[in-house]
Amino acid sequence: MLRTTRRRAVLAFAVLGAAAVVVLSGCAAGGAAQPAATVPGSEAPSASASGLDGLITVFAAASLKGTFTELADEFEAEHPGVSVELVFAGSSDLVTQITEGAPADVFASADERNMAKLVDEALITPDAPVDFATNVLQIAVPPTNPQGVETLADLAAAGVATVVCAPQVPCGAATAAVESAAGIDIAPVSEESSVTDVLGKVTSGEADAGLVYVTDVTAAGDAVRGIAFPESAEAVNVYPIAPVADGRNPEVAVAFIDFVTGSRGRAVLGAAGFGAAGTETAP
Amino acid sequence: MAVAAVGAAFVLLPLVAMVTRVNWAEFVPLVTSESSLDALGLSLRTSLTATALCVLLGVPMAVVLARTEFWGQRILRSLVLLPLVLPPVVGGIALLYTFGRRGLLGQSFEALGVTVAFSTTAVVIAQTFVALPFLVLSLEGALRAVGTRYEAVGATLGARPTTVLRRITLPLVVPALVSGAVLSFARALGEFGATLAFAGSLQGVTRTLPLEIYLQRETDPDAAVALSLVLVVVAVVVVAAAHQAGRSGGARLRGPS
Repeated sequence: MLRTTRRRAVLAFAVLGAAAVVVLSGCAAGGAAQPAATVPGSEAPSASASGLDGLITVFAAASLKGTFTELADEFEAEHPGVSVELVFAGSSDLVTQITEGAPADVFASADERNMAKLVDEALITPDAPVDFATNVLQIAVPPTNPQGVETLADLAAAGVATVVCAPQVPCGAATAAVESAAGIDIAPVSEESSVTDVLGKVTSGEADAGLVYVTDVTAAGDAVRGIAFPESAEAVNVYPIAPVADGRNPEVAVAFIDFVTGSRGRAVLGAAGFGAAGTETAP
Repeated sequence: MAVAAVGAAFVLLPLVAMVTRVNWAEFVPLVTSESSLDALGLSLRTSLTATALCVLLGVPMAVVLARTEFWGQRILRSLVLLPLVLPPVVGGIALLYTFGRRGLLGQSFEALGVTVAFSTTAVVIAQTFVALPFLVLSLEGALRAVGTRYEAVGATLGARPTTVLRRITLPLVVPALVSGAVLSFARALGEFGATLAFAGSLQGVTRTLPLEIYLQRETDPDAAVALSLVLVVVAVVVVAAAHQAGRSGGARLRGPS
């Protein structure tokens, strides 16, 4: 009896240990596999032609996933010795990770507030951030538009189930700004923590309308219909990008930022619905 | 022993780490803010309701699974326990397609004038969905362990099946029922993913404590840590109280028999 119990305990530990090994090696493989997969085409001569090589890690806001994935691929094609590792999450999550020591070479934020947090932490030099894109809110409705929403004021009407972002997150702050600009007060059925959750409630038909970014509407394709409204100009979200101060590969980081803010970057971002950042707004 | 200590440290250390980050000077104002109290009250109300529903639905399920045999029972048991292994967000999506406005049952509810979407009812549904397997699992295990000897004796002495169930079977498994209910309550209290995907998030209506913590983290990490501690304390108190109740329940049962 005792023996079987003990054997079982040993087995359990063995399983736990094996699981831990799998998880750990999984992490290691995940970290190493990605750059390795992108490097094979690296011919040493052409790499030295541009003078750039090595790995950079770019921490970018979740709303940049489509555009930055495309831009990183093009950047790697242009500089065969370089590989770009992308990490996408909410801007505030990324700030927490970088503050806690995550290795990042470039940070692209969906708002200036989160960029300012890293400047305060001295992880980014004060004059480094450059604005590279803007984003505005749009009304998203299901393709059938069951409540016939046409203007921002319609969202405040009784019987229209509207979902918005909570005031604590950037898209919610923008929502509050357009509400006050329009002089209306929307009584939402839900205040979500992320713009993705707002969009999900609209695409699933749970909500009659939601306030999301124009780029989310573009990315959602036929799943939702976007309705632009003039008050959106009152809350323009500016996206800054900057190299992280103690990044391992500053040359490549700067080159990547130049690529994003350059003509190719502007074209890709523009196609996704982002607006161009006014050059004079950069600090 | 050494490995056990490592295991214990693995569980306890993150909690200690969290306590070290609590801003004690601001603790009371942070946890007694209107939004915090709304979230705590909502969480307790919905979790208790969900636990009651789990007992109501789970006891018959456990009895059927433990005391009867029918074709496909093993498959059915695995399916019933599915919410246990399902990522909560997946559960939320599944619930959305069931009770949502365009869902399987949602359209009939809508016709009856009942809207589940974005209501407190949706929160309770999500919590019951994820918590039910805990009750079924612990109760079914206890029913099997207790065996059918006492029931058989009762039946030979002329007790009807319902009397056997009421006077013999259920009293024997009271401790398991209590601990199962506590596990369900704790799971309901911590429910996050399914609620977020299915019920939405609005103060006082659908924003439970875990959702409030998730949201506060965006702007006020101190508030998020303080509320997390409240959630941990509530969970520990509930588990300790139930442990006590389970022990005295077991003792009471052993006494007269």
